[in-house]
Amino acid sequence: MSMKRRTFLQGTMAGSVVAIATSAGLLSPRAVLAAWSEKAFEAENTPGAISALFGSDATNDGDVQIKAPDIAENGAVVPITITSGIKNIEAIAIFVDKNPRPLAANFVLGGATDGYVSTRVKMGKTSKLIAIVKAGGKLHSGSKEVKVTIGGCGG
Amino acid sequence: MAKKSIRIRAKVEGGVTEVKALISHEMETGLRKDKKTGEKIPAHFIKEVTCEHNGKKVLGAEWSVAISKNPYLAFKFSGGKAGDDVKVSWVDNTGESDSESSKIS
Repeated sequence: MSMKRRTFLQGTMAGSVVAIATSAGLLSPRAVLAAWSEKAFEAENTPGAISALFGSDATNDGDVQIKAPDIAENGAVVPITITSGIKNIEAIAIFVDKNPRPLAANFVLGGATDGYVSTRVKMGKTSKLIAIVKAGGKLHSGSKEVKVTIGGCGG
Repeated sequence: MAKKSIRIRAKVEGGVTEVKALISHEMETGLRKDKKTGEKIPAHFIKEVTCEHNGKKVLGAEWSVAISKNPYLAFKFSGGKAGDDVKVSWVDNTGESDSESSKIS
């Protein structure tokens, strides 16, 4: 585990752009919104990842819809679309609850951007997909259970 | 990057532009092992994606290894017109990067 972390860190440092962004983020965590959140991506459970990303894990069920298959034959490629009618959305984050590190993606939306993102994620096993929409300082969540027949994280 | 790694399709309909982008990237998790040597394949994945409309950022994405290989991304924004510029760029964990521009149709 520590070896892997070491190679991961070295890999990160090789990318000077990323390294600068990361160190800037570490020095002034509040000032940087779009910098890759190491702590959130490394978190091993969903509430921890939500707190690390948004500063709180207090979420309400809201107008957040997840479109994804009920059963995914291949966990390596699970299409997911999130739509929300909430106004002034700042960010949309996708979590795969049972993955070793649940946070899959965080999208930071510009002012003219709709509450809509679509992508494809990997799922290690059957799990809940959770989407968190941040708007006006509040967190809204939606979820959907997806059954995975072949996991997408191993080799 | 010699080859183009990003394909973009942007289309405006009723004032809303939908951008679809497909990126060629391994998105290696760092958890898989090489079947012959038994050694771990190091993680290699896109960390940040930026999408701009006429130079203005409309979407920023932070990704983990849980985004599928050859990532697909779609989003919508209002205010775009046919002929406007849409740019998508990415940076991965090794510092590699690429960007590509396209026009809204």
